[in-house]
Amino acid sequence: MHSPSKWFAIVGAALIGLTLMASAPSQPPPPSDDEVNAIAHQMYCPVCENVPLDVCPTEACAQWRATIREKLAEGWSESQIKDYFVEQYGARVLASPPARGLNWLVYILPPATFLAGAYILFRAFRSWGRPAEPQTPAESDSKVDPYVARLEEELRRRS
Amino acid sequence: MLANLGYFSLVLTFVAALYGAGAAAYGALKRKPVFVESARHAMLLTWPLVTLAAVSIIALLVGRHYEVKYVASVTSDAMPTYLKVTALWGGQAGSLVFWSWLMSAFATAAGLRRWDRDRELLPWVIVVTMVTLAFFISLVVFFENPFQRLWQTLDGVQVSALFQPKGTIPLVPTDGQGLNPLLRHPGMVIHPPMLYLGFVSFVIPYAFGIAALAAGRSDDRWIRITRRWTLVAWLFLSLGLILGGRWAYDVLGWGGYWGWDPVEIAAFMPWLTGTAFLHSVMIQEKRGMLKHWNMLLIILTYSLVIFGTFLTRSGVLSSVHAFAQSAIGPMFFGFIGLTFVVSVSLLINRWGELRGENHLDSIFARESLFLLNNLLFMGILIVCFWGVLFPLISELFTGQKVTVGPPFYERATGPLWIGLMLLMGVAPLSAYGASSGRSLGRNLWKLMALSLVVPVALYSFSGVTLIGALIGYWLIGFVIIVTLVEFWRGALARHRRHAESFPLALWRLAVRNRRRYGGYIIHLGVVLMAIGIIGIEMFQTETQGTLARGESLSLGQYTLTYESLTQFDTADGRNVARAVVQVYRNGKYMGSLYPRRDFYYASQQPMTIPGVRSTLEDDFYVLLVGWEPIAQQGTTFKIYHNPGVNFVWMGGLIFIAATLLAAWPTREYESLRQSTAVRPAIARV
Repeated sequence: MHSPSKWFAIVGAALIGLTLMASAPSQPPPPSDDEVNAIAHQMYCPVCENVPLDVCPTEACAQWRATIREKLAEGWSESQIKDYFVEQYGARVLASPPARGLNWLVYILPPATFLAGAYILFRAFRSWGRPAEPQTPAESDSKVDPYVARLEEELRRRS
Repeated sequence: MLANLGYFSLVLTFVAALYGAGAAAYGALKRKPVFVESARHAMLLTWPLVTLAAVSIIALLVGRHYEVKYVASVTSDAMPTYLKVTALWGGQAGSLVFWSWLMSAFATAAGLRRWDRDRELLPWVIVVTMVTLAFFISLVVFFENPFQRLWQTLDGVQVSALFQPKGTIPLVPTDGQGLNPLLRHPGMVIHPPMLYLGFVSFVIPYAFGIAALAAGRSDDRWIRITRRWTLVAWLFLSLGLILGGRWAYDVLGWGGYWGWDPVEIAAFMPWLTGTAFLHSVMIQEKRGMLKHWNMLLIILTYSLVIFGTFLTRSGVLSSVHAFAQSAIGPMFFGFIGLTFVVSVSLLINRWGELRGENHLDSIFARESLFLLNNLLFMGILIVCFWGVLFPLISELFTGQKVTVGPPFYERATGPLWIGLMLLMGVAPLSAYGASSGRSLGRNLWKLMALSLVVPVALYSFSGVTLIGALIGYWLIGFVIIVTLVEFWRGALARHRRHAESFPLALWRLAVRNRRRYGGYIIHLGVVLMAIGIIGIEMFQTETQGTLARGESLSLGQYTLTYESLTQFDTADGRNVARAVVQVYRNGKYMGSLYPRRDFYYASQQPMTIPGVRSTLEDDFYVLLVGWEPIAQQGTTFKIYHNPGVNFVWMGGLIFIAATLLAAWPTREYESLRQSTAVRPAIARV
């Protein structure tokens, strides 16, 4: 006969085992290289100019990627990790400047200039589109008449 | 001795260039042709002089003269001879001499042309080219002397000077530091000279433009003289950019060919204005319009050429402070400002004389569409210019440096590229002069509808659902169809009129209208490149994994199996870690790849060389990211799948070949052009 205490021990061990098995999948898996790179791709280290962090071969950048991995493992979000690096090393670690303060200029100036150019072009279209004012004979006979100059030029070239 | 000779010839060049500029201006203003002729001779003298200096540097580089500072900094015993020669442009001082050498060569070529018809332009062409040359030579003579030798004080401090300073002894290192490892690639042998050729040859059309302004010529003579020059300059610049992309893809190891790096953008900006210029000059030639705009474009192109050299040569990109510390930075800055202000002042001075000879008849006319094209190119230029400049401005005003990286450029320029693609399809169907929206629409709608087959087929058969990609491929299809129809129409007309066989008619059409049909083929090259660009921008996938021997990593249809890794030292000072991986596609063995990591001991610089399996359809691109040196059980690979990337290179080849076709001289074409140019002039009078 088995004693009741032995049964308790077996059932208890089985229950603990099942609990452990059930709880094991709920542990987050370690962050994959691709998850690390997805964040690193949007960042630049201050030393290796213009090489994104995900592909930079230097030792320093490998350490940065390790830091991203650690933070991910600790459950940090992408924006928290980026903020952490910005706090440590400044806004230059981000692939594009955060839209605040003077940085707004980087986003506003090109479209504003383009629109101004488009407006100037539109005005030019309208003014050029109007029929030319009739020129007085005196003007067209003058020495600086571009047509005459052009003709003379062409004739000279042929001679 | 050789160093002294080289330096002396540079000093003489500087004097000759200054004299040439001064004598030419004096001769033009005082109407004394003898001074202009003397200036021309001075200009012709500069090329042999700079050649002597350049050859001296090459002789020092190849001859292992490590007592010369420049030689010790860019070469080493381990480097092969061809790299020692190309080290001429591998460092700051040498590249400035190389720039000057090209400038003097082009100035000489311009000086040797027949000037009978355009005598009044000559002095000002001399002034512009010689002032530019004098500026670059002054940088090497006074600030970045490539002939300085190394000396050591009695306290052991190393100094550099041309002649022995007091209290020093000569210092002769046993070996040099060697060229930057990134530059030890066959691509680097060709890429920088191409870019420099492109940069420097744009000085010539600018010189003629300024000469036309200074001499008061309001016609399009300067454009006609420099048309081929401009195309050749553009050809070299395009070739430089494409080769640079290929080099980055092969050597930099980040899976792409264009990273919107400020150095890339520095070369891209003059290309943008140059391309806009090539289009808009056609309007001046055909319709006598846009004279101010063309002048402004060539002035901008010249300024951007100097600005590009400034960006890459002054250290300003690393930091505003590095710029302030470098001697040549402020010099460049002053020169760009001065030439820009003088050029624009000249333009404003002549503004009234450069009025257009025609009016814009319709918003749907080809000239209007060319103006739109120019607006879009200028839009891209502004994005690039501002993106490069902003980090410097931010650093200057807030003390904080920011990165303006690819996401900014891609978002900002994307719609502009789409606009340009659309114009590439629409403009060939429009007509010069009066052109109604209805007639353009009639020409357009069928071809636009036909090209819809492309996105529909991609959606139905390939499952492409990205709306941006579908629009892109639709426009690509549209441009290809329009271009082919243009060829077909032209050839058919010849076939009927001259009773030529269709292939012969097609050939003669292209050969006798080289600029027009060369231009169309360039468009075809561009859209082929666009296929690859959309492929890599929108469909590139990547993954990374750490593998033990025999383990695999999969990406899409591809699987990589890690076989082995070896690590060894090479005779040229590298430690190489080279992996062997096997590649399978849908389970079928495709071959082995050898991604590797080179570590240069002297410069302590690592370099990642990818292993690439390349087909027309796609590239499978493998990088060796890291490894456990002893057990080899944890080797990390990064793999990319780059669909269609080879269309970029194929399109690039077509682009370059077509530019050559467009720029190729032809006597028949010349006579045809001249006779057609006179007819409208007579008709208008």
